[in-house]
Amino acid sequence: MARITFLEAIMQAQQEEMQRDDSVFIMGEDVRCNVFGTTTGFVDAFGAERVRDTPISENGFIGAAGGAAMVGMRPIVDATISSFLFPAMDQICSIIAKSRYIYGGQARLPLVIRSCLFYGNSNAAQHSDRPYPMFMNMPGLKIIAPSCASDMKGLLKAAVRSDDPVLSFEDSTCWMAKDEVPEGEHVIPLGKGDIKREGTDITIIGVAGGVNVALKAAKALEAEGISAEVIDPRTLVPLDRELILQSVRKTGRAICVDPAHMTCSAASEISATIVENAFDALRAPVLRVTTPDTHLPFSPHIEKPLYPSVERIVDAARKVMGAKQTQPA
Amino acid sequence: MTTTGENDPRLEKYRRMQRIRQFEAKAEKIHADGEIPGALHTYAGMEASGVGACMALRDDDYMVGTHRSHGHPIAKGAKLRPLMAELLGKKTGVCSGKGGSMHLSDFSMGSLGETSIVGSGGPVAAGAALGAKLQGLDRVALCFFGDGASSEGAIHEGMNLAAVWSLPAIFVCENNRFGMSTPTSDAVAGENVADRAHGYGIPGVIVDGQDVDAVEAAVREAVDRARGGKGPTLIETKTYRYGDHAVNMGRELTPRGPEHDEWVKRDPITIYRQRLIEAGVAEDDLDAIDKAVADDVADALQFARDSAYPVFEEAFDHVFVDRLPIPAEVQAHA
Repeated sequence: MARITFLEAIMQAQQEEMQRDDSVFIMGEDVRCNVFGTTTGFVDAFGAERVRDTPISENGFIGAAGGAAMVGMRPIVDATISSFLFPAMDQICSIIAKSRYIYGGQARLPLVIRSCLFYGNSNAAQHSDRPYPMFMNMPGLKIIAPSCASDMKGLLKAAVRSDDPVLSFEDSTCWMAKDEVPEGEHVIPLGKGDIKREGTDITIIGVAGGVNVALKAAKALEAEGISAEVIDPRTLVPLDRELILQSVRKTGRAICVDPAHMTCSAASEISATIVENAFDALRAPVLRVTTPDTHLPFSPHIEKPLYPSVERIVDAARKVMGAKQTQPA
Repeated sequence: MTTTGENDPRLEKYRRMQRIRQFEAKAEKIHADGEIPGALHTYAGMEASGVGACMALRDDDYMVGTHRSHGHPIAKGAKLRPLMAELLGKKTGVCSGKGGSMHLSDFSMGSLGETSIVGSGGPVAAGAALGAKLQGLDRVALCFFGDGASSEGAIHEGMNLAAVWSLPAIFVCENNRFGMSTPTSDAVAGENVADRAHGYGIPGVIVDGQDVDAVEAAVREAVDRARGGKGPTLIETKTYRYGDHAVNMGRELTPRGPEHDEWVKRDPITIYRQRLIEAGVAEDDLDAIDKAVADDVADALQFARDSAYPVFEEAFDHVFVDRLPIPAEVQAHA
């Protein structure tokens, strides 16, 4: 165990998987110059063939990663900022997500597409997207969205080893946070959520960096005598619905915290899952704490209040705790 | 199954073109009768383009194609039974009934997809070529695309990647003069798609797409170049599609001018048959190939008709490696 940052966890996972398997290689925008610090020393260690700078050509190089995967490679694509996935929607949705299916299982696409959620730092609307819900609506793509360094490393290693395409959404609000991370073989199976904090009165399900805000809110609620359980699904596809439902059946109350825009967010899917499957257990409406359906402005003064905050979660929790117990007829 | 012609590459070229022509003629007929669901985009008139290109490839070379997908797999040597079964939506189809007419891709023949999003094969071919290069294999990847796809960014991005990384890729633009109903002259700037090769610093070659030997020679040179580590080539085959964008639609979409009759007179199979006869091949041998191909097509259709449809649960296979759970409320009504 060592205390390392989220970014160092990404680097460690990539390094270990490249050492373990020659078919793993990295391609993406400015990976040799190590723009975000996840490929430090990689060119020296693995050579420029396996640490490959691409043209600014997202549809081209993400599709090429798909082609390389089809012939037996295991590419890790670094698309840097998740807003840059939009030019590549064609290859992600029509080729990478669908080739196994449309060709009746003949194609295999073991690749990882990494990109960060680059919100909250005055980068304006075109660089601040949290687009994982769009991809949750596209079958054929597995999606990880970890909230801490340890999960990041374990899930990224699992993603590299998966024979299905995996999108890794890496929340930049988590980048510098340190965490105890096991060295070497630390692999977390895709589709397995985690209870980050146990509680009895209310379940707060967090998505990506939303987990950390939820944990802070849980602490604040404790002072008010409210015991919150915090669940991190970690993987959005497949989603660990059972873990969420178990918790809600225990607490009877749920809030979904998600930095994505509200409409059709991961929070929306989780809320619907709860209402459809645990309605009898609910003692209050399920609430979503998300980013409203407006774009993200440049000016920090008006950007910051748009994201889920401790205050908004605490408010939601008070509302839910105060709700009259309603029993289905 | 016939083996006629397999040992003589000239007869094999003729045989493969006949297989495409006759396979599609049968498909078009039973599609009109309602036996094939969905749309049917035929390749008739373009056989020399696909067969010429594929004759220059090895079995283990990669190929990516288009929504006009019947010709490419047959050109590369695929068996007809799984292709016909796929058209009928059967479980024994090459894509297990998941792809249909626009996606006849036989991975056992080196295919990496016949993709129906126009231009989307470009990056895939570049990636397959990259994979082969990284693995130290001397395989090449060939990308078929149409004149319509030449306007797509994906084709440009694929060619730029292949050129900048000097990948073993061949881009074959099958210019059949129409993107659905729109004439190429209304959609493609510049006289030739192949001229764009200069922009990438790679060779651009224009070839008579109705002459199977000419196409083969051009692609063979590009393949040698690619295998020799000298990077990609862009080849434009000037060809013509006889059928409408998709057949049996009830109304003609493609505007036909006076040049239509001229193109049909330059039928690629007729041209090649005549050439073989002039070179001393007995007409009887060619007739025997025609007959054997007809038998193969009939056999494929019988096989397809005798095959079962997929069961409902299979709709949930192949999304991921593991079958998806089937929602109970959907299952109840399936």
